[in-house]
This record gives sequence, structure tokens and C-alpha cells, in this order.
Amino acid sequence: MIRIENLSYAIEGKEILRDITLDVPRSGFTALIGPNGAGKSTFLSLIARLEPLQTGSIHIDDLQIGQCSDRDLAQRLSILPQVPDQPPRLAVRELVGFGRYPYNRGRPTSDDGAKVDHALSVLGITDLAQRSLDTLSGGQRQRAQIAMIFAQDADYVLLDEPLNNLDLAGTRTLLVILRNLAEQHGKTVVMVVHDINIASRYADRIIAMKEGRIVRQGAPDEVIDKALLHDVFATDAMVLSSDFGQVVLV
Amino acid sequence: MARRLWVMAGLLALFCVLFMTWNARGPWSFLLPFRGTKLAGLLLVGMSVSTATLLFQTITQNRILTPSIMGFDALYVFLLTLAVYLLGGMTVVHIPPQVTFLMTAGTLTLAALLLFGTLLRTTKSDLLRMILTGIIFGALFRSLTSFLQRMIDPNEFAVIQVASFARFTQIEVVLLALSALITALVLGRIWLIRNRLDVLALGRTTAITLGEPPRRLELEALVLIALLVSVSTALVGPIAFLGLLVVSIARLITPTEAHSILLPSAALIAGLTLVGGQFLMERAFRLSTPLSVVIDLVGGAVFLILLLKGVRR
Repeated sequence: MIRIENLSYAIEGKEILRDITLDVPRSGFTALIGPNGAGKSTFLSLIARLEPLQTGSIHIDDLQIGQCSDRDLAQRLSILPQVPDQPPRLAVRELVGFGRYPYNRGRPTSDDGAKVDHALSVLGITDLAQRSLDTLSGGQRQRAQIAMIFAQDADYVLLDEPLNNLDLAGTRTLLVILRNLAEQHGKTVVMVVHDINIASRYADRIIAMKEGRIVRQGAPDEVIDKALLHDVFATDAMVLSSDFGQVVLV
Repeated sequence: MARRLWVMAGLLALFCVLFMTWNARGPWSFLLPFRGTKLAGLLLVGMSVSTATLLFQTITQNRILTPSIMGFDALYVFLLTLAVYLLGGMTVVHIPPQVTFLMTAGTLTLAALLLFGTLLRTTKSDLLRMILTGIIFGALFRSLTSFLQRMIDPNEFAVIQVASFARFTQIEVVLLALSALITALVLGRIWLIRNRLDVLALGRTTAITLGEPPRRLELEALVLIALLVSVSTALVGPIAFLGLLVVSIARLITPTEAHSILLPSAALIAGLTLVGGQFLMERAFRLSTPLSVVIDLVGGAVFLILLLKGVRR
């Protein structure tokens, strides 16, 4: 479980997050939604210890962010940032291989090799394995990054708008992979996503943020309604109920 | 890739033997120590310059900047000059050069942490600003140095002269043993953290995710770089583009991002450039052009090409 207590965060005096207290239960697929500037990315990067905490505390199970060993945490939690680093001229397989670093500290075993191959095949980029990253398209590079996270095999996987560079097929493939991670492998997946319909269709749980606060949370059917769109997104769109969940007519 | 390293190692060994034995027209009891210290000096300088450059490129995540371009060695010469100026009088002559060296190296380490530690945190992503800052740092330190040197007694100037100009023919032999010790310790440490450096090169966020927070490792790398720069500058003076040249060649010959390959590869190429270059210039062709001029000419051209090509990383 990710336990967040009294989390506040300010950048140059401007409050980005205001006193958030939240539990994200273990396993399951959680979508974090909200308008631009709601603090979703900051929230996610604080959980992933990309930025130092200012006030409040975050625990990943028994590990406290900022106190625990970086290595332990790297085996427990991984993140795909909104703008991933531009890695140097590595081959795709080399990048994915770094996902095993928290376990092997740069000395790969044959077991690591198998895990990397598995990650490549799950993301459907086995044929790109030897290609250099700078020869790939944005979507292919995105998949390579996600394959690295997959190889890292952490219990908690945080993704900040992972669908950005993907086409329709890529989007659906990735969402199925993430669902699979949550359902079959018992991982906890937390994803920032802009498209409410994607959240509605794939997530087990939705957390809606606005102006640095958590305003609604729960199952998609409970959270997505006209009031949410009006209050959180300040827009009046129609919501249809269907057999596959709530559908927002954008 | 390992084969290429062995080929280069073989070539380097060959040049070392040639360097020691070519045209030997004196008693070996004189030639061996005389040429041996020179050879050891060149190899030390090669290893420290190439390693410092590679490390610096890793923590700044680009392939254009080097400690020399950022003004590290200009800072070393300035600190040395400042020490001589402040201590003044005959004191410097009485202080063993090893002590002056250690003092300057220590101060350089601190100054590098202060200046470049903050710079790295704020402007790492901005290559142009980094280059500009480096050029201004370099110009500043050099003009401060020459200002102080004008005010120094000519006798004291002799102490700093060795460190002020690049030359491979007169190596500061007194400092050789100490330099070798420091270089060995620093290189040993870098070899231990080579895998962590690979992760650091992936970028800040990725490094954190993989459990390798960059901040402390970057500062440690800065300390190691400052020590290596101190060694090479104390031995042969500032050599502007040697590091850039050899690391760029290393990336061509052994195209990989793994430090376990790049570190020895760059060091071997630096050794080849210095020992081979010095042998060819001094012994075989009997040219009067100093090797440092040739290296800076070629290295400067590489710098321009990299800059114009706009190599992002």
C-alpha cells in the first residue's frame, strides 16, 4: 500500500499540493485524473522520490520515502516520467537491461537476460532489440522505456502520461499490458492519464485531483458523472452509461 | 570490442619499447631512468586526462565539454600562482614541491565542488550556457594568473612556470611518485564505480528510478576529476584539447556507453597519442614543433566539428 500523509508541496511559494492524505491499496490499476496544473505530475514524482519532500510523509509498504535505502526502493517502485530522459546512444536491449540494475548492480546474470527478453517480447519490440535508441520513433522509444520498467519488475509501477506518443494500437496494447500487470501479477499500477474514457474503461479505481487536492476517488462508475466534469474539469459534457462503463462524450 | 582494446594495448607497448630504445646512444644506467621517468609521466598524464574527460562528460551528459574547456586546469594554475604570490619570499623555495602540489590540488578540489557543483545543478541541461560559463571561467582564471605573475619575483616565477605552459619534453619529475600514487587511487575508485557511472549517464530521473541518486555521485566525480586534473597539470601543464580528442576517438573505435570499455579505451588512446606522438615528433622525425601544439590543433578542430555538428549528447 502507498500511504500518503499530510503531503504539501510548494514551488517558489506557490502551493502545488495541499495537505494530501491518501491510501492507494495494493494491487490494482489506479488512474489519476484532473485538469492541467492540478498537481498530478508533482504528486507522482514525489511518490517516486524524484523531488525531495517538503512536508508530509509517504510510505511504500514499510519503506519510507527519503529514509529508506535507494536500492530497496528501486526494487519496489518504478516510474515512467512524463518526459523521460534522453538516454545516450544505447541499443534498445541495453536500455531495457538497465531495468535489472537494482538487482544486479551492473553484473547481469543469465536470469536477467531472460527477464529482459521477456520484457522486450511483452512490449512487442523484440525485433528492435539491437537498434540504437536515437534511430527510433517517439512511440518505439516510449515502448523501450516501458520495457525497461517492466524488466525492473517492481511491485509499484507509476506512469506519468505513458500514452502520449502511442498510436491507437499502441495505446490499447499498453493498456492491456498494464491491466495484465495489475490482474495477473498483482502489481500496483498508478497512471496519470488525460483521457477520462481510458480511465473509465481500464482502471479499477480513479483518483481525481484539482488545485492540489484530491477531490474524488473510487470506482470509475461511482466517480465519473456530470458533477465531476463540472466541478473538476469545469466543463459540461454528457456522460453515457454503457455496458463497458461510463462514456464521456467529449 | 575487447579485441580492439588488446590491439591498442599491443600498439602502446610497442611504442613504449621504441620510445625507450630508439637511437639509444648512451649508457643504459643513464638512459633507462631518464627516458623511463618521461615515459611514466606521459602515461600518467594520458590516463588522468582521458579519465577526467570521460567522467566529466558522464556527469554533464554531453560529448563536447571537458574539464579543460570548463577551465579546471586554468584554475589549477591560478591557485598555484596565488599560493606562490601569497606565501611569497623564499618560503616557496623551501617548501617541497610535493606540499605545494597537494595544497593546490586540495584547493582545486574545493573550488571545483563550489563552482561546478552549483553549476551542474542549475545549468546541466543548457549546453550553450555551460560552454559559455566555461570559456568565461577559463579567461578569468588565465587573466588573474597573468596579472599575479607580473607581480611575482622572477625567481618565484620559476616555480609556477612548469605548470603554466603545456610541454611534454620537460616533465616535473619530482612530483612523479606522488602523482602516480594519487592517480592509482583515483583510477581504482573510478573502476569500482564504473557500473554506477553507466547508470548516471542515463539521466537524472532514470538514475533515481534505478536506485542511484545522482547528486552524491556527481560530487564525488567532481572531486576525482579535480584530483586527476591536478596531476596532469602539475606534470605537463594545461593541455586544452587532449581530453576531448582522445575521448572522441575512443567513442569511435569502441562505440559503446559502458565505462568498463570506454575508460581503458580512452586511456590507451591517450597513451598512444602522447607516447607515440612524442616518439615520432622527437625521435623519429626530429621535428621541432612541440607535440602539444599538434594535439591542440587537431583537438581544437574536433571541438569545432562537434560543436557545429550540434552533437546533442
